Amino acid sequence: MKSVAIIGGGVAGLEAAGKLSKQGFAVTIIERDEHLGGRLNQWHALFPDRKSSTELLSGLIKEISSGVNLITNARILEVERNDDGFAIKINNNRMVTAGSVLLTTGFDIFEAEKKEEYGYGIYENVITSVDLEKMFNSGKPLVNAQGKTPARIGFIHCVGSRDEKAGNPHCSKVCCVTAVKQAIEVKELLPSSEVILFYMDLRMFGRHFEELYKDAQFRHGVQFMRARLSEAFENPDGSVQIRIEDTLLSKPLKMSLDLLVLMVGVQPQKKQGNLVDMLKLERDADGFIKIADTYSPYKTKIPGLFCAGGITGPKTIEETLAEARAVTVEIGGYLRNIENFAGQEQYVMEL
Amino acid sequence: MISFGYKIQEDRQIDYDTNKRRILEFVRNGEPSVDWCMSCGTCASACTAAVSADYSLRKLILLSRRGMDDEVAKTVFRCRFCGKCINACPRSVNTRNIVYLMQLAVKKLIGYEI
Repeated sequence: MKSVAIIGGGVAGLEAAGKLSKQGFAVTIIERDEHLGGRLNQWHALFPDRKSSTELLSGLIKEISSGVNLITNARILEVERNDDGFAIKINNNRMVTAGSVLLTTGFDIFEAEKKEEYGYGIYENVITSVDLEKMFNSGKPLVNAQGKTPARIGFIHCVGSRDEKAGNPHCSKVCCVTAVKQAIEVKELLPSSEVILFYMDLRMFGRHFEELYKDAQFRHGVQFMRARLSEAFENPDGSVQIRIEDTLLSKPLKMSLDLLVLMVGVQPQKKQGNLVDMLKLERDADGFIKIADTYSPYKTKIPGLFCAGGITGPKTIEETLAEARAVTVEIGGYLRNIENFAGQEQYVMEL
Repeated sequence: MISFGYKIQEDRQIDYDTNKRRILEFVRNGEPSVDWCMSCGTCASACTAAVSADYSLRKLILLSRRGMDDEVAKTVFRCRFCGKCINACPRSVNTRNIVYLMQLAVKKLIGYEI
């Protein structure tokens, strides 16, 4: 049975589906939501090249437009591992059988309300980076809760990342460059506004990220302050008062902001909990799915079961796409050698 | 003034809302590369004056960005313009000209010189 069931129709799932179906495998995408695309539906423009999120999504969907079986609004009730592979029972009496399963269920976004001291959900002018993407997407003029064009906007990095008390000791990886991208977008909309980023470290690891950071500084006059906020307050006029330690000057600093953007981090997906148990998958200490080894990040300990994308840790779209393509090679190899496939060593010996 | 043996401490906190960034605006006009600084401190590590004097261009640029103009005035005249910092800067900031303009700004705007 040369078939693959892909659970999750986001970036990783769509890319893998397109590539696998072109290789001649029977592919079924099982998606929880009504629409495909996952997180892509939430973003406006992508880093580092500012490509439109909708454009990327429609490109991915075009690749699966023929020959891929789609199941949306799906709730997986049961997964059974048998001699033929996997039998997946879905709500409304639907059933998918496949020789291999690819898990691409993605990640969650940190709930900013949990950092109560930052006032998200309490102060009107404290928003998250996800809210800001929505505001960009709406195409409306950028105003704060009072309808005022913000004169000073602050971005707080590492909200729910590198924060053991928030339950996320890891670096979410994508927020630094997202903040820089969003700061540039704000400056383009409101050139006379003052935009300040409060960072702990600036992790511009990817290709063209450093250029984006320089662009923010050189061309747009975005300010960077090394500081981590402990607490925000609301002024009577609705603006947000912050006090930080300017750690490069070793001095406390206070300022008011018309809009405060929290760069919310990436964390393990909680909704997939049952699925993880059903498949007898393990989680690592950080909560993301445990992989067989660091150098084959898409393999699990269960034969025939693979992972790609944000399910195994924070990743850029570029990395997710690369992983989704790589996993198709692995799945292809597995399905073609299903009897002999016991692990990497045996596979290599056969060649 | 009567000495009570104690005094009211100066506020150490930077008040970003009230501070005017006059030196920064002046320097920026003549030397826009001041905005390229990423506070790495390579200039200060190359500085011949920093070994014996409390002087750091990294700090001066930061202080001017925060509007701590009086603080800038306190140490900016300690530079001897050797120019080692220009070679050291990884972002090609015209550091020596920044110090020169900062000194000029202090003289013109604050009227203060050591």
